[in-house]
Amino acid sequence: MKKRTPLSLLSVALVASVSLAGCAGTKDSGGAAGGSSQPSGNTQQGSASGGATDGGKILIATQTPLSGNQSSLGDAIKTGAEYALNLRKEEFKKLGFDLQLFPQDDQADPKIGVANAEMLISNPDVLGVVGHLNSGVAIPSSVKYEEGKLVMVSPANTAVKLTEEGKKTVHRICARDDAQGPKAAIYAKNSLGVKTAFLIHDKTAYGQGLADQVKAQFEKDGVQVLGYEGITQGEKDYSAVLNQAVAKSPDIIFFGGLYPEGGILVKQAREKGYKGYFMGGDGLDSSDMIKIAGDAVDGVVFTSVAGDVTQTEEGKKWAEEYKKATNKPLETYSVYGYDSMNVILNGVLEAIKANGGKKPTREQVLEAVHKTKDFQGQFTKVTFDDKGDNISADVFIYKYEKGKDRSTFVGKAE
Amino acid sequence: MLLSILPQVLVDGLTLGFMYAVVALGYTMVYGILEFINFAHGEIFMVGAFVGTEVLLIADAMGSLKGMNPYIALVLMLVIGMLVTGALGVGIERIAYRPLRNAPRLVPLISAIGVSFLLQDLVRFTEAVARNEFYLNSPILFNNSINLGFASIPQKALIVIVIAIIMMVALTLFVNKTKWGIAMRAVAQDQTTASLMTINVDKVIMLTFLIGSSLGGATGVLFAQNYGTIDPYIGFILGLKAFTAAVLGGIGNLRGAMVGGIILGLLESLAGAYMGPLTGGAFGAEYKDVFAFSILILVLLFKPEGLFGEAVKEKV
Repeated sequence: MKKRTPLSLLSVALVASVSLAGCAGTKDSGGAAGGSSQPSGNTQQGSASGGATDGGKILIATQTPLSGNQSSLGDAIKTGAEYALNLRKEEFKKLGFDLQLFPQDDQADPKIGVANAEMLISNPDVLGVVGHLNSGVAIPSSVKYEEGKLVMVSPANTAVKLTEEGKKTVHRICARDDAQGPKAAIYAKNSLGVKTAFLIHDKTAYGQGLADQVKAQFEKDGVQVLGYEGITQGEKDYSAVLNQAVAKSPDIIFFGGLYPEGGILVKQAREKGYKGYFMGGDGLDSSDMIKIAGDAVDGVVFTSVAGDVTQTEEGKKWAEEYKKATNKPLETYSVYGYDSMNVILNGVLEAIKANGGKKPTREQVLEAVHKTKDFQGQFTKVTFDDKGDNISADVFIYKYEKGKDRSTFVGKAE
Repeated sequence: MLLSILPQVLVDGLTLGFMYAVVALGYTMVYGILEFINFAHGEIFMVGAFVGTEVLLIADAMGSLKGMNPYIALVLMLVIGMLVTGALGVGIERIAYRPLRNAPRLVPLISAIGVSFLLQDLVRFTEAVARNEFYLNSPILFNNSINLGFASIPQKALIVIVIAIIMMVALTLFVNKTKWGIAMRAVAQDQTTASLMTINVDKVIMLTFLIGSSLGGATGVLFAQNYGTIDPYIGFILGLKAFTAAVLGGIGNLRGAMVGGIILGLLESLAGAYMGPLTGGAFGAEYKDVFAFSILILVLLFKPEGLFGEAVKEKV
């Protein structure tokens, strides 16, 4: 008996959603589709713009933390997406659709993210999701999106696992964690001109993984790897490893690890008279790095999957407009939210075209988004591969300079 | 290439080794008298590092550090650090160990582990409230290096070694030449008999904690000056290694703790620098602790009482 309950519930839900979708297709007002269950205010809003929006309502959701200590980042993604959507409302209105943002707060909590995802897939007007900020939330939530065939485009999730699970609905426009290593090595060879390298890692999955990738790329490119050593997190004396490294006087010391150890390593290396480059991954991206390393931080280079849009004139102009229109500060992720939204909206447009001007199904939107190729966003270029990773995603280089309290952007790693 | 870095490796190993040695003294003194391992000693070392650094940071913020002779600043840090940690050690003994003195030996051990967690989180909490972060970066008083051609000795490493030697010599003289030192040795040998000889055992134990803890605190100050970055968890690894050093030398024996600390520091430094090249990269520097501790196991296999363990009469 117990087993039957969810099944019967599911069938009720199915019938309901089919009939609802049917309503949206046959009746001439978008507001009528949800009419029975939604407050009348909404219906009126629907009919106010009703003359033009007889194609129905299209909701694009965002799922990011809007409360809690990560809300500044989550809100930046939402605001960026909202800005993109508002700019294109008219375009959709002309086609007869009422385009709306449907922002959700995942509170950076996997449980809430999944609950929200469940709610989103049960609403047939939702055709896409921009989100999440945290990979730990995105991975369980994407299980629900997959069930509902709801396309997700992530602006910020770098965890390799996200797209490795074979889910069709999962896409991201930022680079994966494992793109950093090879790009860092290529940058070191081509732009810094290093010929010899010494690699140090902190024996963690992140640090050793990064160092391994850099090592593999160096070996492929003919950069001589003079040494490859591990250190213990939490220690403060790394002179043993550094004596070895400094004596070999490599062109670069690459450290796979985080800033508490990275800061001490570069400080002690400089004390021992090391003159070459010091480089790491985004684990070194912290203002604490500057405090720990002191003056030795000068010239430390690191890679990051997040870029700075204000580096070009065009980007600066966009940032100004963004700030004026939204009245919010610009964060790194604002532009990623903006581009993610545009990727989805383009997919929806394609799907509408393919559907003969009628409101497309989620499968059709998913298919169209998945086919995105050479899409030039405000900041990112997007071409999805089979897994949903962006093969055109960039890795960026940053550098610390003496006397500055944050890192400076150098450019793309190429 | 291998030999050219040897002097540098030895200097670094000695610096680390002397720090292990002074902290090991605290373990060994308490063990000598109470036959109990004060696992909170590593955290007392950590508190010393924080107190010393805070003294320096506050002096710096008040502007009185400029123009101050760095040696005077160092002495000030050491004195305040030693006073605070000495008092802390005595307080811990009074509250957490003395009521348990007649309990089975495992009980105060657990109490010590509890105290060590308490101190870690107390420091983390205080620093987080006061400075909004619990990593502290200390201004470094001595930035010069003495270049000897074959090795460069940072002035701060030299200061660590010199002060550690002063403390060791002073402790040895105190234990062997003064009345209180003789009383300590007497209590270490036999508490009941000592108390019959009108020695106040409680006072002697308090004195032991006072001296051991202030030595640990002073090492903390030196550690913070030498490496520049401290956090509330530095006491764990260093305390563990200092304890190991005490066991290596023969726990309960002062000379053993000193020699054990220096040997362990040198072993670690040598293993870190040479294991990778000598094994062709198969066992890199990440195995330096494995190597150092394997030596420890070997020594204890053949000499379970530690290097200097036999001289029971000298134990304190």
